[in-house]
Amino acid sequence: MERHFVQDLEELKERLLWMGGLAERAVHKATQSVFEADEARANEVLNEENAINELQIEVDDRVVQLLALHQLMATDLRFVLAVSRINNDLERIGDQAVNMAQSALRIVRHPRVKPYVDLPRMSELAEGMVRDSLNAVVRKDVELARSVLVRDDQVDQLRDQIFRELLTYMMGDSSVVFPAFELILVAKNLERIGDHATNIAEDVIYMVAGFDVRHPALDRR
Amino acid sequence: MSFRRRWRKSVNAVMLSVTGISALVAVSVLFFILGYLVWHGARALNWDFFTKLPKPVGETGGGMANAIVGSAKLLLLASLVGVPVGLLGGVYLAEFSGRTVSFAVRYATDLLNGVPSIVIGIFAYTMIVLRTKHFSTIAGGLALGVMMIPIAVRSTEEFLRGVPRELREGAMALGASKWKTIATVVAPAAYRGILTAVLLALARVAGETAPLLFTAFSNRFWSPGWNQPTASLPVMIFTYAIAPYEDWHQQAWAAGLVLLGLVLATNLIARAVLSRGVSMQRF
Amino acid sequence: MHAPVKIALPNRSLAGLKPDLRRGDEIAAELPLRMQISRLNFFYGAKQALRNIDVKIAANRVTALIGPSGCGKSTLIRTLNRMYETIRDARVEGQILLDDQDVLSLDVTDLRRRVGMVFQKPNPFPKSIFDNVAYGLRVNGCKGSLGEAVEHSLHRAALWEEVKDQLRKSAYELSGGQQQRLCIARALAVNPEVLLLDEPCSALDPISTAKIEELLFQLKETCTIVIVTHNMQQAARVSDFTAFLLNGELVEFSPTPQLFTTPADPRTEAYITGRFG
Repeated sequence: MERHFVQDLEELKERLLWMGGLAERAVHKATQSVFEADEARANEVLNEENAINELQIEVDDRVVQLLALHQLMATDLRFVLAVSRINNDLERIGDQAVNMAQSALRIVRHPRVKPYVDLPRMSELAEGMVRDSLNAVVRKDVELARSVLVRDDQVDQLRDQIFRELLTYMMGDSSVVFPAFELILVAKNLERIGDHATNIAEDVIYMVAGFDVRHPALDRR
Repeated sequence: MSFRRRWRKSVNAVMLSVTGISALVAVSVLFFILGYLVWHGARALNWDFFTKLPKPVGETGGGMANAIVGSAKLLLLASLVGVPVGLLGGVYLAEFSGRTVSFAVRYATDLLNGVPSIVIGIFAYTMIVLRTKHFSTIAGGLALGVMMIPIAVRSTEEFLRGVPRELREGAMALGASKWKTIATVVAPAAYRGILTAVLLALARVAGETAPLLFTAFSNRFWSPGWNQPTASLPVMIFTYAIAPYEDWHQQAWAAGLVLLGLVLATNLIARAVLSRGVSMQRF
Repeated sequence: MHAPVKIALPNRSLAGLKPDLRRGDEIAAELPLRMQISRLNFFYGAKQALRNIDVKIAANRVTALIGPSGCGKSTLIRTLNRMYETIRDARVEGQILLDDQDVLSLDVTDLRRRVGMVFQKPNPFPKSIFDNVAYGLRVNGCKGSLGEAVEHSLHRAALWEEVKDQLRKSAYELSGGQQQRLCIARALAVNPEVLLLDEPCSALDPISTAKIEELLFQLKETCTIVIVTHNMQQAARVSDFTAFLLNGELVEFSPTPQLFTTPADPRTEAYITGRFG
C-alpha cells in the first residue's frame, strides 16, 4: 500500500543529494582555485556557501518533522537518522572547501612553491571519496561504501607525505614559508574532507545493513 | 475439617436433587397434559371434526367446523384491534415519550395486562352487547383485542429499545427526521421480534374462554358476517366438557388437542422467526 | 575531472523553510474557511462540558481534535452537526458558522446532509450494501439514478473493488474495516461539504486503520474533514491542523507539524510526550 509519507522521504533524499552535489562541486572548485591560482573560482566557492548552509537547516527541519509525525520503523528510521548525520558531514565538507578557497586567495599572488604533484593526487582521491560515498547513498551500495573506507588510509598517508615535503622546503627557504604553510593547511582540509566522506560511507552501511561500523577498534561483543 | 467437607458435599447433592426434581415436575406436567390430550383427543379426531357442524343434542357425530372458523374470525378481529394500537403505542413509548408519561403509560399497560379476562369480557358486554342488544363476533373480537394490547405494546417497546442507538444516530446523521428513522431503520431492524411477540400474543388470546362467554357467546350454526354470535373452540370445549354426553366429551378432547396444537405450532414458528433474525446480525 | 551529481529539484527557491510559529488560527484564517466556531459553550444540564471554544476549520484540510478522555472532543464534534439534540438537557451557547450560515438556525436535516458523520463503531443498517449507501439519497428525496451515485461513493471510499459484485449482500457480511468504509461511503453519498469522523478507527485493526488514513488524504481534496482521535500518533500522521482540548477548554490550536515538534503550551507538551496524568 502506498503511504503518503513515502513521498516525504523521497523529498528528503532529494534535498540531501542536492546538497551533496553542491558540496562536491565546491570542493572541486576550491582545489582548482588553489592549483591554478584562480581568484574568480575561489570567490565563487565563498559565494555559494550559503546554499549549502540553508539546505542543512531545511534537511534538519524535515528530519524533525518526519520523526515527530510518522512513527518510522526499521529501514525508514535508519534512513532518516543516517540523513541527519550525513547532513552534518556535508556541511562540514562545504566548510572545508571554503577554507581551501580562502587559502587559495591568500597565496594567489605568490609564485608556486613547487610543482603540484601530491596535492592534486590527494584532491582527486578525496573528491572521489566524496562522490562515491554520495553514489553509495543513491544506490544503497554497501560495497561502494566500504571501498571509500579503505581509501581513507591512503589520504592520511598522502597528507603526511605532503607535510614532510613542504616542511623540507620551508626549512630550506624562508621566503616560501607563507605559501607552503597555506598548502599544508590545504592538505589538512583535504584530509578532513576524506574523514567526512568516510563518515558518510559508514552512515550508508548503517542505513542499508543496520551495522554500525564506526570505531572498529572497539570490541563490540 | 473432613466433616465440613462432607457436610458441604451432602448439602450440594441434596440441593441438586431437589432442584432437579422440581424442574422435572414442571416439565412432566406439560407432558402429562399433552399425553392426556393426545390419548383422549386423537381418537375423536377425524375429517368430520374439521368440516361438519355440530349435531343436535342427543345425536352423535358432527364436528366443530364453525368453531374453528369462528375462532379464526375472532382472532382476525383481535389482531385488527390489538396490533395497530399495540405497535403504535409501543413506538410512542420507545421513541417519543418523556420520563413521567412513559412511566404512567407503562404502568397502565401492565395493569391492563393483569385485569382478569372475565372482567374484560364484562366490559365488552356492557359497551357493545347491551347497546346492540345481541351477542356478536365484533364484541368478542374487541374483547380479545383489548387483551392483546398490553402484550403488543410492551414487546414492541422492548424490541424497539433493543435496536442499538448507533443505528438511529447513523440514520439521523444522514438527515433523516425522527419519524423517517423509525420507519425506515428502527422498525425494520426490530420487526422480527415484534412479529414474534404478536404471534405469541395471538396464541395466548386464542385460548381465552371467559371473555367470549359474554360477547361472542356461541352458535350451533355458521355465523355469517360479524354481527352475530359465533362459536369458538374454547367455548365449545367449555360447553361440551360439562355436558353429560360421552360423545361430546370426546369432541371436547379433540378440540383441546387442536387448540393446543395450534398454540404449540405458533410458538415454534415464532421462535424460528426470531432465531433466524438473530443469526443474520453480526458485530 | 568528473561532473558533480545533480538532481533536479522541484521549482522552488533554496531558501529553507523556517518553522511557522504563528498561531494555528492565524494560519487557518488565511486559508478559506469552511466552518467557524466562536465562543462556544456547551452544557449537559447544569454541568458545563465546553468552555469558550474558538476554532476555525479550514476548507479542504484535515483538522484533528485530540485530548485525554472526557476532555470534550466528542462533545465538540457533535455540536457541528447538532447530534447533541438527541440528548435531553443538552444546551449550546455561542456561534457555529458553516460557510457564514448559522448552524443553529439552519434546518437540521439540511444541515446534516451538508455535514456528514462517521461514528466510532461501524453502524451499517441491516440492509444490503447498495441500500445502505443509497439510504441518504433516498431519505433526502433524490429520485434519479441511484446506481451511479452509489458506485461513485463506493469509489471515493476505496471500497468499490471489493464489493462491486456483491451489492445486494447484507452489509453485515463485511469485515469491520469494510463496514467502516461502507459507513464512509454512505456519508459521502449525499456529497457533504464537511465530513466528521468520531474516532473512526478505534474499533479497527492496524491495516484497516491505515487504509482509512490513506483514504482521508484523497478525500480532503473534495471535502473538509474533522476527526476526533484519542490516538495522537494518528492525528500526527493524518491532519493538517490539530486542536488540543483539556477539561472542556481549547488549550492549543496549531498546524500539526508545529504542535508535535514545538508546542506552545506546556500542557500540550505534557500530553504529547506522554507525561500527562
